[in-house]
Amino acid sequence: MDWAYLFEISLTGVAGGGLYALAALAFVLVYKATRVVNIAIGEMLMIGAYIFFSFAATFALPIWLAALAAVLGTGALGAVIERTMIRPLLGQPPISVFMVTVGLASILIGLVEIIWTADQRRLPEFLPNTPVMIGDAFLAPKVAYGSLLALALIALVLLLFRFWRGGVALRATASDQGAAYMMGINVPRVFSLAWVASGMIAAVAGIVVGAIGGISSSMGVFGLSVLVVVIVGGLDSVLGALVGGLFIGLIEALAGAFLGAEYKLLATFVMLVVVLMIRPYGLSGTHEIERL
Amino acid sequence: MRIGTLKESYTADAALFDSTTQKTWLCAGAALLVLLPFVASDYWLYLACLVAINVASATGLNILTGYTGLVSLGQAAFMGLGAYTVAILQMRVGTPFLVNIFAGGAVAMLGGVIVGIPSLRVKGLYLAIATIAASFITHFLFANSKFTGGTTGLSLPPATLFGLPLDTSFRLYWVIVPIMLLMVLGAANLFRTRVGRAFIAIRDRDISAEVLGIPLLRYKLLSFGLSSFYAGVAGGLWAYFFRVVTPESFPLLMSIFFLAAIIVGGMGSILGGILGAVFMTLVPELLKLVFDILPGGTEMTVLLSPVRMVVFGMLIVGFLVFEPHGLAEVWRRVRRFFHLWPFRN
Repeated sequence: MDWAYLFEISLTGVAGGGLYALAALAFVLVYKATRVVNIAIGEMLMIGAYIFFSFAATFALPIWLAALAAVLGTGALGAVIERTMIRPLLGQPPISVFMVTVGLASILIGLVEIIWTADQRRLPEFLPNTPVMIGDAFLAPKVAYGSLLALALIALVLLLFRFWRGGVALRATASDQGAAYMMGINVPRVFSLAWVASGMIAAVAGIVVGAIGGISSSMGVFGLSVLVVVIVGGLDSVLGALVGGLFIGLIEALAGAFLGAEYKLLATFVMLVVVLMIRPYGLSGTHEIERL
Repeated sequence: MRIGTLKESYTADAALFDSTTQKTWLCAGAALLVLLPFVASDYWLYLACLVAINVASATGLNILTGYTGLVSLGQAAFMGLGAYTVAILQMRVGTPFLVNIFAGGAVAMLGGVIVGIPSLRVKGLYLAIATIAASFITHFLFANSKFTGGTTGLSLPPATLFGLPLDTSFRLYWVIVPIMLLMVLGAANLFRTRVGRAFIAIRDRDISAEVLGIPLLRYKLLSFGLSSFYAGVAGGLWAYFFRVVTPESFPLLMSIFFLAAIIVGGMGSILGGILGAVFMTLVPELLKLVFDILPGGTEMTVLLSPVRMVVFGMLIVGFLVFEPHGLAEVWRRVRRFFHLWPFRN
């Protein structure tokens, strides 16, 4: 057993897990506020990355402006999705809403292929290129800076949740919709807000993921791992999403390094089944009590 | 409720086909199915076989999702299990056609029961995502096992039935369509029995069903088993129809396709499963026809597959938002209109 190698792999895994955590945060945000399982989260990431690509590479805007455009664009997309697809289904069985997001994923993939074609693209370089050494372990610079960016954004979002009025409204709606209504919170607007915020976070995650691995119309597969992350962490738990993200990132990196690249998805999904069997509501999700 | 069908006994009330009008339509439909292979071109026969396979699988998923209320995104994986079983039996063992098909169903059933085990602890969306895991795990097994021919997959010789090789769409039609009809009839009958009614009770409120004395684990597993048996048989037919089975033949998208088919058709209705599968199989082909007519040549054909994706997604979203009970409900409305037609509309 080569401990240095193991350390290096684990480090890469945890750093990659930071991205999972960020994307999972975008997912949990929507789930907490609106109880919608958004399976199209990977595709929203993809849209963010492609908008960034358009502005940064095709229109040659400065990186920060392109990123801003991507964040705003994907946020607007989130609002549109909420108004046209999710709002009309309020009160419908969760399965219907789930399937709507499945349909949405398909629409987004199709649109990306129509607008940008199905070819793989590379985002312009914007992350620093100097290798990162932690002790003796080497960490790919893109992964390292990407995950730092992700962690910074996660911290920012958590602070917003804690202190900003909208964030408090969001938490109030999540914990008790009826009570939130009575306190004068405009719940439908909170739903919109959750989707917009989720879209914005997804855009950042998408840009970073795209910067590391390139973008293509099959980028949405990333969303499947995110789905595993949130299930493992517990659908409605922010803490679960963060821990789950790092955990799944670690598992994937270890499986990829010691078993082979084709074992990555297998390992995550086996992990998912194991967690579902032992703790069906995830590591720190709410254990729902059913009554007749 | 149709006018003029007075029911005087419980048997009449529980009958599968309750009115002369319905029976007439069914006879007409059967006649059409018999005549079709003699008039249709090869392309339409190919489509008819594909539709029949999809109807069989969608009906299976309808038993599980539409009637028992357990959402599954593993239908394609179970079809894959059936298809691989059939392919391996045909190539390595050489057992007869019907035995292979049945074995395919049985193996898929076993897979379904295993995947169904978490269904007692988790339900709803958690379960749906657990079945996604099943589809990845089977894909991995297909792609990495020596027995299944790895990523290149298996290509099998045409089946023979009564000494005739089943190598054209015309010949396969006469095997696939009757099997499909038998399966659909079986499913329709299932919901007149104790087991089927237990499934419906579980869908409506599983805890209440348990209080009423329905053993949840057994019935949920039974539902998984039946549904994947259907998928396995459909997968077996699929293997004989395309004669090449690769791990990529049964992607997650295919499971989504079947779920979409029963949503578009109407969940919890046999007719819905049929209509949905027919509709969802034919829409991409119609799009292809439209694209052939449109000017633009090769530039347009590049757009075909993304447009199909968009239309596929729009159909799911559109039906859920505007017509949540699906095509079966549309059909019911049309029927109701004609019941009273010229007198009231």
